[in-house]
Amino acid sequence: MRASASGGLGDVATSDSSLRRFLHGLPGVDQVGAESRAATLFTRSIKKASKVWALEQAIRMIDLTTLEGQDTPGKVRALCAKARRPDPSDPTTPPVAAVCVYPDLVAVAVEALRGSGVRTASVATAFPSGRATLTTKLVDVAEAIAAGAGEIDMVIDRGAFLSGRLMDVYDEIVAVKAACGDRAHLKVILETGELSTLDNVRRASWLALLAGGDFIKTSTGKVSPAATPPVALTMLQAVRDFEASTGAARGVKVAGGIRSAKDAVRYLVLVNEVAGERWLTPELFRFGASSLLNDLLMQRATQRTGAYSGPDYFTLD
Amino acid sequence: MATWEYAPAPESRDLARLRTSYGMFVDGEFSSGTGGSFKTVNPATEEVLAEVAEADQGDVDRAVAAARKAHDKTWGPMPPAERGKYLFRIARMVQERSRELAVLESLDNGKPIREARDVDVPLVAAHFFYYAGWADKLGYAGFGPDPRPLGVAGQVIPWNFPLLMAAWKLAPALAAGNTCVLKPAETTPLTALVLAEICQQAGLPPGVVNVLPGAGATGRAVVTHPGVDKVAFTGSTEVGKEIARALAGTAKLLTLELGGKAANIVFDDAPLDQAVEGIVNGIFFNQGHVCCAGSRLLVQESVAEELLDKLKHRLATLRLGDPLDKNTDIGAINSAAQLAKIRELAGVGDAEGATRWSPPCELPEHGYWFPPTLFTGVSQAHRIAREEIFGPVLSVLTFRTPDEAVEKANNTPYGLSAGVWTDKGSRILWMAQRLRAGVVWANTFNKFDPASPFGGFKESGFGREGGRQGLEAYLSAGDTGAAHD
Repeated sequence: MRASASGGLGDVATSDSSLRRFLHGLPGVDQVGAESRAATLFTRSIKKASKVWALEQAIRMIDLTTLEGQDTPGKVRALCAKARRPDPSDPTTPPVAAVCVYPDLVAVAVEALRGSGVRTASVATAFPSGRATLTTKLVDVAEAIAAGAGEIDMVIDRGAFLSGRLMDVYDEIVAVKAACGDRAHLKVILETGELSTLDNVRRASWLALLAGGDFIKTSTGKVSPAATPPVALTMLQAVRDFEASTGAARGVKVAGGIRSAKDAVRYLVLVNEVAGERWLTPELFRFGASSLLNDLLMQRATQRTGAYSGPDYFTLD
Repeated sequence: MATWEYAPAPESRDLARLRTSYGMFVDGEFSSGTGGSFKTVNPATEEVLAEVAEADQGDVDRAVAAARKAHDKTWGPMPPAERGKYLFRIARMVQERSRELAVLESLDNGKPIREARDVDVPLVAAHFFYYAGWADKLGYAGFGPDPRPLGVAGQVIPWNFPLLMAAWKLAPALAAGNTCVLKPAETTPLTALVLAEICQQAGLPPGVVNVLPGAGATGRAVVTHPGVDKVAFTGSTEVGKEIARALAGTAKLLTLELGGKAANIVFDDAPLDQAVEGIVNGIFFNQGHVCCAGSRLLVQESVAEELLDKLKHRLATLRLGDPLDKNTDIGAINSAAQLAKIRELAGVGDAEGATRWSPPCELPEHGYWFPPTLFTGVSQAHRIAREEIFGPVLSVLTFRTPDEAVEKANNTPYGLSAGVWTDKGSRILWMAQRLRAGVVWANTFNKFDPASPFGGFKESGFGREGGRQGLEAYLSAGDTGAAHD
């Protein structure tokens, strides 16, 4: 069963030591070199038609997110309205990919998004810390799916990962993936800010991909640093290499701290030149963000009209 | 499936403030001299950029006399801290005019604006800042308590980093109290002349820096001039040998920074994605027009296939074209002559049985262009593994053990630089002790810093530039003599 999720590499996941041998056998990541490569790609200058295309594609890739203790059905409905029609003054604006909420608000989002094509994503597995028993985590997932969530953003057990209990992490992802079945896509949050090294990011990425995650995602947004260019670079290399060895194309989601359209376009350059052009689709790349959307809308309007408007012309939801 | 073509993003060429003609800089003034003129072209388009005054023997005589006078009357006697102030001022003015200098360098040389902007010009400023700090601390540099300048330095520089090489030559010489007669390369004279203008605007006393554009004859006149005390040359090994012969038996002191055929050595435990970047940066940076370029890739056989797959994938993403476009990775070959040389040696690679590979890559119709190229199946006996190509051509060889890597890396008449890629710290040290190269980079390549000395073993030359060691080429130990024995 395990082998089916990971192409021809399934037999590496039989024990902590076999997993460790495989993950530690992956080429290391040189932090300085990775930072410098990402920084160089961030100097790409994207203009005119290529910028308009990037801004629209970035809008389509957004998981519009609200994950606060103060969330209410009203807040979620407002966000869903924004997700369906991000810019009321311009009906040509594409909708976002998904709305991302806590499990108890999934039903509200599903109702508000019905017929729009915008998906409902739910965080689960005791987000953001992941500190709960597997039973509780699976109930969390099952309830979100029962309420209609089409995408599950789970967190890995970073404590288990850091202490070398790799099979625990692996088995948990496999179990959540099984709970998702074919009803929900699974995004696996690595919380790279807690993994600390790029070597760990690469290993956790492969671990999540081997266990069957459809997406690997940088962060919960609750820990700093969240998404960073070298982390995104390393994860994009992981999905590229995973596809090269198994044939399965998996996605990457960067979340947390990406607020400007300029940064979003730079991340798309990373996607384009590291993973490849075919990853430039919401099926394989997402932004987890809230305030980013308005800057994308504002920059898009600027490109279309040739004049800057102000933040008051875009809705706050 | 999406297609995302980056729209052209050219830097404005107006920033270069290009003039139709440029004079030579002698004794604090720009003049047309007595040697006629020559044209400098944009290698990306073959368009003539400007007419440049060519210095002849009479101009060299004037420049050396001006430099001697400045050395004796103004620069030499000046308190060292005052000399430092001029260098700090030049460094700041380079920063203030950095966009102009970057665009002009890209136009005249053909290098991508991204590199001129992010590498060349910032390093130029850094070099002046660094040596400005040394000017009043020479007694603590380790060359005796009261080291003295040598006098007039005749300096001849190449076309691959025109402005940066000018800075490498001028900054330490001036900090040590020498005066300079600098000859930029005939295909890239423009930025050195703008640097001369910066010296003028900085109020540098007349004659301290003189810049004489010209070709081989001008260079010969500079290095053989009897009034020159010290010669510093960066360029080809062939010309370096000629200079060494010409200077033999004279009292002139000489430093040479010549060619290279560096090995970039990738072990099986290397961070492979970063090694790929290092290989690309090692041989395709500045179109491979780099004396310390990593032109021989030595890769451990057990990872050769995986590494080459990744490398080819990466080469397919390199963007070749208009050097002024901010997204260009590979610019133009500097001259028709250099392009002919690269083509000839690549042809030899084919004829000797190596396998040539280039990514799909459209070359512009005009100008001098060569696609990023790698040769596999290369052996030590092939000419492309031994001779410096000075272009975007990588020769790929394999090894099985660390001993074999060292043996192959050192098996060259050159010894300028080397790269080692491995996750094992002890192996980096083990390799660095055994590699006969002036610079050994570990898990990086082509990184420069003014505080770090640079120079060669064997036919790559002698003397060091940069760092405290770079001062030694321009100082004598004063009363105790003997600093250069």
